[in-house]
Amino acid sequence: MRHIISILLENEPGALSRVVGLFSQRNYNIESLTVAPTEDHSLSRLTITTIGDDRKIEQITKHLNKLIDVVKLVDLTEGSHVERELMLIKVKASGAQRAEIKRTTDIFRGQIIDVTPTVYSIQLSGTSDKLDSFIAALGNAAVLEVARTGVTGISRGDKVLSL
Amino acid sequence: MELLSGGEMLIRALHDEGVELLFGYPGGAALHIYDAIFNQDKVDHILVRHEQAATHAADGYARATGKPGVVLVTSGPGATNAITGIATAFMDSIPMVVISGQVDSSLIGTDGFQETDMVGVSRPIVKHSFMVQRAEEIPEIVKKAFYIATTGRPGPVVIDIPKDVTDPARKVKYQYPDSVKMRSYSVPSKGHTGQIKKAVEILLAAKRPVIYAGGGVIQGNGSELLTELARMLGYPVTNTLMGLGAYPGTDEQFLGMLGMHGTYEANMAMHFSDVVLGIGVRFDDRVTNAVNKFCPGAKILHVDIDPASISKTVTADVPIVGSVSTVLEEMIDLIKQSDSQVDSKSLELWWQQIEGWREKECLKVEASTDDSIKPQQVVQAVYKATGGNAYVSSDVGQHQMFAAQYYVFDKPRRWINSGGLGTMGFGFPAAVGVQLAYPDAVSVCITGEGSIQMCIQELATCMQYALPIKIVCLNNQALGMVKQWQDMQYGGRHSHSTYSESLPDFVKLMEAYGHVGIRIDKLSELDEKMAEAFAIKDKLVFIDVSVDATEHVYPMAIKGGSMKDMYLSKTERT
Repeated sequence: MRHIISILLENEPGALSRVVGLFSQRNYNIESLTVAPTEDHSLSRLTITTIGDDRKIEQITKHLNKLIDVVKLVDLTEGSHVERELMLIKVKASGAQRAEIKRTTDIFRGQIIDVTPTVYSIQLSGTSDKLDSFIAALGNAAVLEVARTGVTGISRGDKVLSL
Repeated sequence: MELLSGGEMLIRALHDEGVELLFGYPGGAALHIYDAIFNQDKVDHILVRHEQAATHAADGYARATGKPGVVLVTSGPGATNAITGIATAFMDSIPMVVISGQVDSSLIGTDGFQETDMVGVSRPIVKHSFMVQRAEEIPEIVKKAFYIATTGRPGPVVIDIPKDVTDPARKVKYQYPDSVKMRSYSVPSKGHTGQIKKAVEILLAAKRPVIYAGGGVIQGNGSELLTELARMLGYPVTNTLMGLGAYPGTDEQFLGMLGMHGTYEANMAMHFSDVVLGIGVRFDDRVTNAVNKFCPGAKILHVDIDPASISKTVTADVPIVGSVSTVLEEMIDLIKQSDSQVDSKSLELWWQQIEGWREKECLKVEASTDDSIKPQQVVQAVYKATGGNAYVSSDVGQHQMFAAQYYVFDKPRRWINSGGLGTMGFGFPAAVGVQLAYPDAVSVCITGEGSIQMCIQELATCMQYALPIKIVCLNNQALGMVKQWQDMQYGGRHSHSTYSESLPDFVKLMEAYGHVGIRIDKLSELDEKMAEAFAIKDKLVFIDVSVDATEHVYPMAIKGGSMKDMYLSKTERT
């Protein structure tokens, strides 16, 4: 099963490599990873999506917790949560396709953020599924480039990941 | 406040941390630090002959004393040579602090001379590591390093220090912190009382219990409490390779070591038990054999300080995260207060069954008829010559298993071996660390002619510091364990495991170093010559014993089977 693990990490040199190293060292899988400083500049928030059965996820969270730089973590998929991924996608848009791509973008509530006579650059956010669906919906329009941020997420309701 | 340079601060901080001994080897990036060592007399430095040996010696020192071992090496090759020893300490959870010099900050990343990314290279085999950026950080980093290395599940910590940080020309204020707080590191201490209660209930209701205790009991100083608990209950106890000495080996309730080369009675008892109390163990593959066939009828109670060790391979029915000694204390109190009693009738039947297994005498040694020596007999002779009171370190291979099986340890911290990583070359430098920690004790290294050659350069260190270590070499002119596996699994094809034509004359070699070499090749002379060797108190003695090269280590677990599946000899299996 897919899990989203959110981590508060000491914002120190080498901290990220310890987390990433742990995954490769123990043969765990990283589907996506995002990381950026938080409102407290001594902390980074890192979100990893990974796949594994309960036993494996338990080991992953235990080993992450053992890392000295990991301050706190939560498996978001254990409770109800909101997850988002941002995608920037560049597609060939000329002739009749221009209108079609515009319509599809609107349906998915994306925005065209850059335009040339032959190319649209589109910004879209949502769950990873939604982004996949958008690419599928583009049909035979030529996709020139895709940049996705990977998943980040937050718990619903009062639950917070903070110190 | 005093003004000190980075190098001076480092050594002062080590002293303030209580460090007495430092094992190391100098080099360019560490020279400022070495100069600081020269100018003081509070911290002793032992010059080894290879950085790997520095880490093993510090490791042996740590295992024997319970205090952290400290290593100082230079950048590049100095640092990478230390890696094997760091990995060895990591696998066996040994507290160690390794300080490595690094090239100047301005050169980092430029592929400078003797530059290696030590923090990167060591990352998967350390508990934590630090790269010092400024001299001002040194006291706090040293404090943190020792705190992390010695608390919780202990392990090695690396401190990498660029050369400019230790510059003698730049002095800054020095103050050593009394304590250190880290928001991201907390040490589990007490176990969950509810879980401990549950475990005690199951333990008291057990009909066929086994206490399975490991290195964590020794690390956590829980041997006396374990012994108290076991005697209170009257339950059988087995130790892992790392746990030998955690429970007195000569005690009636002791079944011997368990696992791949464990005793028949220990492995049978585990397999047929209904309750296993695992303390300070990690259900290693060398213990469990096939995990899906492990102890089919047993409830597993697992006590360990490391939550990640629990339910890693074998799912615990009652997991308890906590320090071994506090959990044992609480268990003992609960048993004393409990209304329920041990099921003595079932326990009697259980002991009867165990006695039946014991009758097999799986470790019985048949003496040869031609005066040749069996390797097992050498270990027995060492036991006799030392009265069972030595600190015994070993390397890795057949001799290690023979030592574990035939030298009976009554006390913790006496058996010093690389259990997790299985590092050949560990034993001799580890014995150096032990001897330096306890100058008056008998420090024996049981080794083979293969392993000893992996760190043999330390003969010079022993010469320099006049260390009267006893090296007992079980010389079968082959890499015995490799050969055994080739005999059993590769049709007897001894691919690169023999070298009888190219062995050095160890006796002459010892003479070259000013040590004593003794050769033994007749069983009839074994005890007498062994006693003679151990009577030499002021010199290193290398006892080179020619042993039967065809001997295999038994019992031996049958791969893919359960714990009850063992070869008992070349012709007998369960």
